Amino acid sequence: MVPTHYYLILSAILFGLGVIAFIFRRNIITIFMSIELMLNAVNLAFIAFSRALNKLDGQVFVLFVIVVAAAEAAVGLGIIIVIARNRQSLNVERVDLLKL
Amino acid sequence: MGILNYLWIIPALPLLGSALNGLLGSKWPNKIVSVIAVGSTGLSFLAALEAVREFTHLAPENIPWVKQYFTWIVAGDFRAGFDLQIDHLTVVMLLVVTGVGWLIHIYSTGYMAHEGGYYRFFSYLNLFMFFMLILVLAANYVLLFVGWEGVGLSSYLLIGFSFLRKSAADAGKKAFIVNRIGDFGFMLGMFLLFRTFGTLDFVPLFAKATPMPADALGHLGMFTVACLLLFTGACGKSAQLPLYVWLPDAMEGPTPVSALIHAATMVTAGVYVVARSHILFTHAPTAMFVVAIIGCATAFFAATIGLVQTDIKRVLAYSTVSQLGYMFLACGVAAFSAGIFHLMTHAFFKALLFLASGSVIHAMGGEQDMQRMGGLSKKIRWTYLTMLTATLAITGFPPFAGFFSKDSILLSAYQSEHGGRILYAFGLLTALLTSFYMFRLIFLTFHGKPRYDAHKVHVHESPKSMLVPLVILAVLSLIGGWVAAPAFWGAPDYFAKFLEPTFAQSGSSSAEAAEATARALETPLAIVAVVTALLGFVVAVWLYLKQPGKPEQLAKSMRGAYNTLLHKYYVDEMYAALIVKPLLWLSTNVLWQAVDVGTIDAAVNGIAEGATDLGDGVRHTQSGNTRSYAVWVVIGALVIIAIIFWPYFRPATAGMVR
Amino acid sequence: MNAPLIIFFALAAMCVTGAISLILQRHPIHSALSLIVVMVALAGLYLLMGAEFVAAVQIIVYGGAIMVLFIFVIMLLNAGVEERTNLSKLAGFAGIPLGVALMGFLAAAVARSQDMVQAAAQSGAPAPTKALANLLFQDFVYPFELTSFLILIAILGAVVLAQRENA
Repeated sequence: MVPTHYYLILSAILFGLGVIAFIFRRNIITIFMSIELMLNAVNLAFIAFSRALNKLDGQVFVLFVIVVAAAEAAVGLGIIIVIARNRQSLNVERVDLLKL
Repeated sequence: MGILNYLWIIPALPLLGSALNGLLGSKWPNKIVSVIAVGSTGLSFLAALEAVREFTHLAPENIPWVKQYFTWIVAGDFRAGFDLQIDHLTVVMLLVVTGVGWLIHIYSTGYMAHEGGYYRFFSYLNLFMFFMLILVLAANYVLLFVGWEGVGLSSYLLIGFSFLRKSAADAGKKAFIVNRIGDFGFMLGMFLLFRTFGTLDFVPLFAKATPMPADALGHLGMFTVACLLLFTGACGKSAQLPLYVWLPDAMEGPTPVSALIHAATMVTAGVYVVARSHILFTHAPTAMFVVAIIGCATAFFAATIGLVQTDIKRVLAYSTVSQLGYMFLACGVAAFSAGIFHLMTHAFFKALLFLASGSVIHAMGGEQDMQRMGGLSKKIRWTYLTMLTATLAITGFPPFAGFFSKDSILLSAYQSEHGGRILYAFGLLTALLTSFYMFRLIFLTFHGKPRYDAHKVHVHESPKSMLVPLVILAVLSLIGGWVAAPAFWGAPDYFAKFLEPTFAQSGSSSAEAAEATARALETPLAIVAVVTALLGFVVAVWLYLKQPGKPEQLAKSMRGAYNTLLHKYYVDEMYAALIVKPLLWLSTNVLWQAVDVGTIDAAVNGIAEGATDLGDGVRHTQSGNTRSYAVWVVIGALVIIAIIFWPYFRPATAGMVR
Repeated sequence: MNAPLIIFFALAAMCVTGAISLILQRHPIHSALSLIVVMVALAGLYLLMGAEFVAAVQIIVYGGAIMVLFIFVIMLLNAGVEERTNLSKLAGFAGIPLGVALMGFLAAAVARSQDMVQAAAQSGAPAPTKALANLLFQDFVYPFELTSFLILIAILGAVVLAQRENA
């Protein structure tokens, strides 16, 4: 039997790695992928709790998260394409027009 | 009881005149301004006369007659109201102030006829009358202080009347500031009296004070301290040592101002306060002694300075300081009625002296230096005669007024217990000096060869508006003392008798015995006084009429003493170095640079600068760089997570659900 | 040490390796492939926990659609090795320590509260898909319809964004 908190610790680790990737990488697409990683980590936590509490609501919620992630990925990548066309670069540090 | 119920009319009339002239007078011709000013003062004088008439019909238990008009201050148990009172002392002061004031107003219409700011002058003059009347009519110390401050203000305004002239503006400031020092002491005295008696109204306060035991000589009890503080105020207002320095400089004001304020009325306010508080003073022998000493010293000191001054008004100014010293000497030896008597006669002849000198100045076209006058006796006869009358009065020749008043002061000084003989000696010496310098003034101004250029200066007599008051005052200087004359042939001194109900409680304990010795001493001392005056006259004649070159020779041979006297003992310079300079340094370097600029400005500006710097620092978070924003998000998330999960990290609470 | 635990550790190791590879790879395509590895490992973990429907959806939608979309976009934009700019000082110095701190915080919090989370009552009994479907279409029907609406909007958005401007 795998104790629940093992899954939760794994989820925390994955989430942290997602955050690190978000901060560390400079390519916009890679940053986006790290967001997906974070969402997945959260999904893991949901399923773990769903199993621990013996209710299926967690799994339903995971389905919704997946749907939203899909929609968000579609629109987000559309935006990234537009940015790439405008700034001729995929480096997030080049997108800095909103500064004081 | 007509006007006694409406006492407020007496000060209100000049106030009305002042307001009308001040607010609307700039558009009016001189005639209307004069009518309003002189009219309001004259009506006030008539009202005062009527009040005195009604007063004489009052039953003795109604005296002092107090009328409360409205409550001004109520704070806890303390009440100060706009209360006016009349008693015998008030009657004397009221008549002197309104009477002499009215005459000087009439004189001013002639003197100031060609000056600019005519309406302003009369507005200020009426304002002064208002405050002075408030001062003498007040029934409590607070209202008296209002009048006290008010006359100080009017004095400042009038001294600096020609404010475009720097010396006049400076003199006005000096008068106000030196007065302020005295006022500080006065206020402290008032506070102490309130703390002791719980009230500042005269009638209840004196009633409470009378049965209390007097302070021992040399012991600083409550009475002594309060009286010394009140006397500080009197020193400032009445120009005694060490706060007299403003009075000679106050001669920068127009001559009627010098006559009214700095001779007859304002400077006598200090004497009035001491006389009014006589019950307190008689409970404090130390304070009385101090008053007598300072009065006597000032009288002598000022007289010595007056010996060598060349400006005609300066001589009169130092003479005023000296005569005020006499009045305080009288109060210091418990001869209050003698002091007030001298106040009255001094008002007559000093006002006359100033007005006549104004007439001389007017005749000489503005010249004030006696060394450039001479030989005017035939050209301005009326001025000469009236001025001579006043000089005879001030030097104490019988039967003029000054003789009686000065004589009664010297008599009381002689009889005083503590060092009376010394006080008498200095008083007599001062009388000698007074006689000398006054006749010196007369001879330099009116006799001898003219020392001015007759082509440049066209000497002319003054107009009637100026001469009539001179004559009236001259008559008063002659007969003013006769109310006390009967003392010489055994009948009571009417003036002292009139004031007796006011000063009754403060006579010296051995009243009967003192009366007898007084009778015996009166005639010999009077003769000594007259002889002294004659001596001064003779020396002046010798130096200035018979041997005109002698004064210069004397001045050269006693150069050191002469210069010291000429420079007024360098007192002004000493004050400037000891007090003014350090104070200016303190104000500039400490209070301005260190406190105001360094601390307060720095703090306020510092806060503003701090806000700017904070903003400057914080703005770097808005770098436009997404990665930085991401880090900030993580930091925020960390903080929130830490707050939420905090209980889980404390070992003690592990196992407890948050 | 029983079988589920061993499988768990194996899959967990795959997840973590994939995630670290996502961070360290220089070319975005390699990062995308690492992410696919993570997705698959996670699907395995879902299966281990008995959520078979979710595991299937994870592979089909996430792995098969979303990641493919990512790879298409990478190829479309011709993304190359990313350049080495370092304009953000804050991210450079404080970023990684903060991320590690976050990770550590959460993990520690979970570890400390292990007695609070009850162990699963059943061990990997598969959750009935029927029950899931019932739940989805009865209790959660409203959010379900909303998500279809959301997908519609996303499609519209993507179409609008991808258009070229009329020159």
